[in-house]
Order: sequence, then structure tokens, then C-alpha cells
Amino acid sequence: MPESPNPKSPADPAEPAQKPVTAIPTLAQAATRPKVVVSKSILERIRQTRPRSSRIPDKVFALLILLTGISVFMIVVFVAWELVDKSKLSLHQFGFSFFWGRDWDPVNDQYGALPFIYGTLVSSLLALLIAVPLSIGVAVFVTEMCPIRLRPIISFLVELLAAIPSVIYGLWGIFVLAPLVREYLGPFLAKTLGWTGLFSGPIYGIGMLAAGIIMSIMVIPIISSITREVLTAVPQSQREAVLALGATRWEMIRMGVLRNARIGIVGGVILGLGRALGETMAVTMVIGNRAEISKSLFAPGYTMASVIANEFTEATGDLYLSALVEIGLALFLVTLIVNALARLLVWSITGGRTGRANA
Amino acid sequence: MHNPAQSGQGVSIWRRASNHSATLFAILAAILVIVPLLAIFVDLLIKGAGSFNLAFLTHTPKPPGEEGGGMANAIVGTGLILGVASLIGVPLGIGCGIYLAEYGRGRLGDLIRFTADVLNGIPSIVIGMSVYGLIVLRQKHFSAFSGGVALGIMMIPTIARATEEMLLMVPNMVREAALGLGIPKWRTSLSITLRTASGGVITGCMLAFARVAGETAPLLFTAFGNQFWSLKLNQPMAALSLQVYVYGLSPYDDWHKQAWTGALILITMIVGAVAAVRIVTSRGKMKGAS
Amino acid sequence: MGVGIEVRGLNAYYGKHLALKSVDMTVPANHVTAVIGPSGCGKSTFVRCLNRMHETIPDASAEGDVRVGDVSVYGDGTDPVEVRRRIGMVFQKPNPFPTMSIYDNVAAGLKLNGFRNRKQMDELVERSLKLSALWDEVKDTLHKKSGASLSGGQQQRLCIARSLAVEPDVLLMDEPASALDPISTSKIEELIFHLKQHYTVVIVTHNMQQAARVAELTGFFLMGSLIEYDKTEKILTAPADKRTEDYITGRFG
Repeated sequence: MPESPNPKSPADPAEPAQKPVTAIPTLAQAATRPKVVVSKSILERIRQTRPRSSRIPDKVFALLILLTGISVFMIVVFVAWELVDKSKLSLHQFGFSFFWGRDWDPVNDQYGALPFIYGTLVSSLLALLIAVPLSIGVAVFVTEMCPIRLRPIISFLVELLAAIPSVIYGLWGIFVLAPLVREYLGPFLAKTLGWTGLFSGPIYGIGMLAAGIIMSIMVIPIISSITREVLTAVPQSQREAVLALGATRWEMIRMGVLRNARIGIVGGVILGLGRALGETMAVTMVIGNRAEISKSLFAPGYTMASVIANEFTEATGDLYLSALVEIGLALFLVTLIVNALARLLVWSITGGRTGRANA
Repeated sequence: MHNPAQSGQGVSIWRRASNHSATLFAILAAILVIVPLLAIFVDLLIKGAGSFNLAFLTHTPKPPGEEGGGMANAIVGTGLILGVASLIGVPLGIGCGIYLAEYGRGRLGDLIRFTADVLNGIPSIVIGMSVYGLIVLRQKHFSAFSGGVALGIMMIPTIARATEEMLLMVPNMVREAALGLGIPKWRTSLSITLRTASGGVITGCMLAFARVAGETAPLLFTAFGNQFWSLKLNQPMAALSLQVYVYGLSPYDDWHKQAWTGALILITMIVGAVAAVRIVTSRGKMKGAS
Repeated sequence: MGVGIEVRGLNAYYGKHLALKSVDMTVPANHVTAVIGPSGCGKSTFVRCLNRMHETIPDASAEGDVRVGDVSVYGDGTDPVEVRRRIGMVFQKPNPFPTMSIYDNVAAGLKLNGFRNRKQMDELVERSLKLSALWDEVKDTLHKKSGASLSGGQQQRLCIARSLAVEPDVLLMDEPASALDPISTSKIEELIFHLKQHYTVVIVTHNMQQAARVAELTGFFLMGSLIEYDKTEKILTAPADKRTEDYITGRFG
């Protein structure tokens, strides 16, 4: 069999690549350069005037940088310490019963946080109920169904949702969403689902339902962007394997994509939950701010973040302030746990840190 | 044995139907998500631009009930507070990013990376409360400075993460080339590595900037707001987001209209920053953080 | 009782680029046909056109007359989903479903098609795993181990079992052993040799010795055209076309 010529000719070794100035000249080059005679004593002097050791500036720099890193740690520690310190009064006074006390009575200095915990949980869960199917739907649409040219436009629009400040959502909520709930959505829900008991009582527009809806809009970009990332991370070979078995597109998505991305999607949802729990302004503006526990979603409510926002600057008396700080402490701990859990789940799928600078 | 997979019946009606409904649902979801976005922007434009006049940019608020006035103090106030925030957030954020990328690949680095994530997740109102305790209580008055501190703290994790990622993307060859030339390590980190990653780092800073520009909750008990013109960092200061909040909740129609205008200006600032980021990154500089 | 493939005038495009030029080929039933050629010659594209997987790539399209048995693959009323059910495909890199057990992997195609009878499913899974020579190695851990926990060669045999479970007429294999070690490769080749009793097999390979070992017929592709198609023995020892000879003797590719 004749030898096959190697298609790739090796690079010419005599040709030097882009050389930095301080490179050692090759033998060939040295031979052509004019010889420079340098006296021995001058050579000695050159050797002695090497640049001063950079040990000390290096160490200083490293220390400064380390300090900035530690400062981040210190900030978190300090936040936690402030919360614990300023809530000591309330902790001593009420102990754990603080968290299931139903009475929030500043006048008589009686503080129970249950209405706020209830409000936070219900509004967040309602937000997730609306946001999760929509977010996954949008993510699936963008990654699996959408024509390629539309993809960047739609993903840009969804990310734009995340850029809108909370207070603007609140403004829109008061003047556009609440009237919509009052005039159209509320009566509709009362008529169709009123038997559940969730949609009873007077419809103010403002209330738990409006808060849940607004929060869902705010949480959708987070869940959908993480979902999109984990969906894209599923290798193409998985999709092909299902298609080759004779599956419809939806079956391919269900079996080959969503199934593999399950864990990451759950992580994204929990991250969304973390954001919803800490959401303040938009919720405060549309939830009605009444410390009541009511089954109906039309009723006004109060969340942990809202009561702090509303009453902190008006708080007279140390116990009042301390009770509010204790609520802040609870919020801090809960979001801490929820966010850590979410990060764990998402990293396990995408195999390390992602490029997300938001959420 | 009958294997229905073998039968030449074709894809069953049920499977076809679920395929179509799934597609419909996905399209519906996309529409439902985009509709509020468009609605909000349209409302901002209509209601906000509707009551926009030059006086808005040049006058300070009138007493409640009186018509007219503007948000000049709030616009300037937002700028000042963000300035303070950047002075705190940018150096600490970039420094932390340099640490995580160049020095912190071990256990301590992991811990600090984790705390940066924790900091990112703390609700903004809780941060406001803590800064209240640290600064406001001690000084016995609200101040723009404390507001800047609160916002600056919130900028740190975003900037640190963006900086770390961009620095890690700089190929090791570049570092080694510099070190091989005899450039000290500290100089390499600053002038070579950081300079190479500068595009992305700037992107990260601007994204952090855009994120905190719209924040209201942390300012509620730090900067507190101010109906009068003030440039003093040591006194309460007005901010756009605060004004929008207060005006929106007020019972006055005129203030409602001004709230929309203020909101429009706020969102313009933010979208402007995000758009600038996109333009800068698409010009070919190193890939941004998003 | 096998099914043959008849290809007339098949053209395949990536966007505007014509990747397959008017291919004519007749693949006889119950034989193994190999498709060889240098990288980029279109052999993978060809095979992916047979079960309409080619068009799943954005902007890719194909036209022509392809008949598998009595079904016109590109005919007006033909549903690509149905085509893919009747033509099985095994890919270059084994791709079992990582979240599913071995049993569920094999049964995946069955479940999709509405199979519910548990006992019959068990029988079919066992049969498929026996056909792909994997049964003995996994029969005790069918439900416990996941598809991804097997070795490379075992994963590929699992993928073969998965394709066989839905009882296709034709089995397409795109370089099925190129990612495997020599021992697994020989196991797969032995498998292919036995499979032809039940199925019609088309295998893409870049390894001519492999074609010689398993295939009775071989087609040589170059730059999108089918240059020569004949008994493997003849192609590899006395090719009629000079281009085929150049490839066989290693002058390029």
C-alpha cells in the first residue's frame, strides 16, 4: 500500500513566532548580530541593580485584597449581629410564642407575629402557584419551540421584567391591577370558584390576591431564567434519543429534557420563593396592610416585610421596635435557608457557578 | 403477542392532542408573561409622560394638597446616594472579586464566596434595618450617607461575582507572560489581568448600579426622604424611589400623576444603564456578566 | 419477512448548502449494509435522512423518494414521528436516559406508545436485552441501577436494546462502536451480525475493517454523492471507481 502523504505539513521550526523583546535570541540570530563587547565590571553592576524585591508590595496588596474579602464576611456577620442584638428585648419578653401569637397590638405593647407569617406564606405560595407553570412554559417555549430569531427578543423581554423596580410594580399594582381585580377578576373568581371559600367577602381590589399576582410577575424572570439554563444544559443527544424512538415533540420535551432538568428547575423555584419572601415594596402597596388572618384571598393581609416597612419609623417604644427587628431576624434566617437550598440544587445540575449576576 | 408499538396505526389521537395542547400552553405562557411587561411600560409612558413638564425636573415638591412642584431634589438625591453607594460598593466588590479569583481558591475563598451569596439573598429591608442600627441610631438622625451605605452593601455581591468570573476568564497565559517578564504579582493582578477583564467588570458594576437605583426599602429608614432641597450628605435626603412610593400612597391626584412621572424617569435611568451595558458588550469587549 | 429500503434521488440541505446530491440506493432486507467515506462526505447525513432525523436540525431539509418497505418516508401524508418509530437509531455516543433505570430505559419507547400490560412489557424488555447481549449482565439489577451507571460498551448495548424494544423494521447505526474500547467493539460487531436475522441494518462506519467484518454490502460516499455501492468484498478488494480505490488505499481521509 502506498504511503499516504501527511496532509498537515509541520510548522517551519526556523520561523520564530511573535517574540517578546526579552526573548533569548536563537543561535541563528545571535550569529548575525554584531558582537557587543561589554566589560566585566559593567556586567557585574547590571546584575546588582536587579529590580528591588517586590515581596513587600505583593504582601501588602494581598493583605488589602484579603481585607476586602473579609469585609464581605464581616458585613454579613454584622447584619446578623444587629438583628439579634436589637431583637433581644422582644425575644426575652415573648420567647417562641411570638411566632404564633395572633395579636399585633402596639397600643397595649402586645406583639404576635402570626398574621405576618401567614401573610408572607400565603402571598408567596400564591405567587409561586401562578409563576411556576408560566415560567416553565416560557422557558420551554424559548428553548424548544421558538423560532431562533425570536429567541433573543423574548429572553430580553423576560429579563427586562427583572429590571423593573419593586416600587414601580407597586404603583402599577395600585392603579391598574387593583381596579382590574375589583372590577373583573374578583367577581369572575367569586362566581366560578366561590364555593371553595377562598373567594368570599367584599372585593376591594387591594388584598392578598393582588399581592400574589404582582409577586408572581416579579418572580417569573428568576424562575424562567434558571429553568432556561438547566434546559439548555441538557445535552442534545438526550433529545435525539427520545425523538429516534418515535416521540412527538412534547413527549421529547417531557421525557428527554424536563425529566433531566427536574432538580435544577426545583432549585430555580426555591430561588424564586426566596425572592418572594423578602419582597417588600410592591407587596406593601397592594396587600392592604391589615394584620388579619383570613381564608379569603380577597381580604387584605400583612406580610413580615410590609409591617417592617410601614411601622418601623413610627415605632414608639423599645419593645415595639424590638418586635419589628425580631420579625426582620426571622425573615433573615428563613431567606438564608431557602436561598442556600436553592443554590445547592441549581449548582448540582449546572455543575458549578453560573453566569447569573441577578437573583 | 401483540405489540401496539408494532401496529401501523400511527401516532394516537391522544398523543397528537397532548402535543398540540403543550405547544399552545407554552405560547400562551409566553404571551401572558410579556403582556404585563408591555402594559407596565405603556402605562409608564402614557401616565408618566402625560404629566411631565420641565418644572418636574427643576422644582422641589409643593406642600401636600398644592398642585405643581417637581422632583428635582429627588433626582439629585438619587444621584448623590448612588454616588456614595458606588464609592463603597465598587472598591469592595472589585477587591472581593480579585480575592476570589486570584487568591482565594481554597477553603477561605469558598467561605467568602458563600457569604457573598448570602449577602445577595438578604432582603433589602433587613439590610436597611441593620444600617439603621449601625449608623442612624448612633448619629441620631437619618442621612444620605447611611442610605448610600445600605445600597453600597447591596452592590457588593453582584460586582464581586462579575469581577471574579471575568478574571477567571482571562487565560492563564496572560498572567504567566506578565510574571515571566518580571512584573510583580500585585502589578499583574491590577494592570494586566484586571485591565483585560475591565469590560466585563464595568458591566458588572453598571448592572449592580441599575439594580440598586430602584431600591426603596433600604432607604426607608436610612435616607428617609426629604421634601426640601438638600445636598447635605449628613441629613435626610430625597430619592426618586422614595418619592414615587410616598406619592403613590398619598390621597392626592396630582401626586399620583407625579408618581408616574417619577417612575418614568427612574425606569429610564435603569433601562438606560442596562442598554449602555449591552451596547458596550456588543462592541466586542470581553463578554459581560449577563 | 424483513423490510428493505429504496432510495431514489435523495437530496439533503443544510440551509442552502446541498449536502447530499441525488443519492440512489437499494438496501436489501435482512442484510447489513455499511456506509463508508471520509469525514464530511455525508454518510451520517444520509442515514439521518432515512428516519427523518436530519430535519430536526434547524434550517436542515431533505427531499426525494425514500421507501422503507411499503411506507414512503417523505410522502405527503407521512408522519415523521411514525417513521421514527418504525426505524430505530443508535448513535455514536451512547445516550441512555440518566434518570431512568435500565428497565425503564428499554421500556421507554414502549411506554410512549401506550403499552400498559406489565407482564408483556417484562417479556419484551427481557427479549430486547437478550437480543443486545446485555441480559445476563444486568438481569439482577434491572430496576436498581440507572442507565448511566453502566460502562460505555454496556450503555451502547442498552441503547440498542432500547431501539429494539419497539420492534422497528430497520435499525440505523451511526458509528456505534467508535466511542468504545476494542472488546466492547467486538461484542457490538458480533451483535450486529446476529441482528440481521431479524432486522435490516444500515451502519455508518469510518473503519473499513469493521465494514468487512459485519456488512455484506457497502456504499462509498464522497462529497455528498454515492460513488460506488456493491458487495463489501468487491469494494474493499477490487473497487470499480478510482476514487473508491484512493479512499480504500488510504490516499486520503
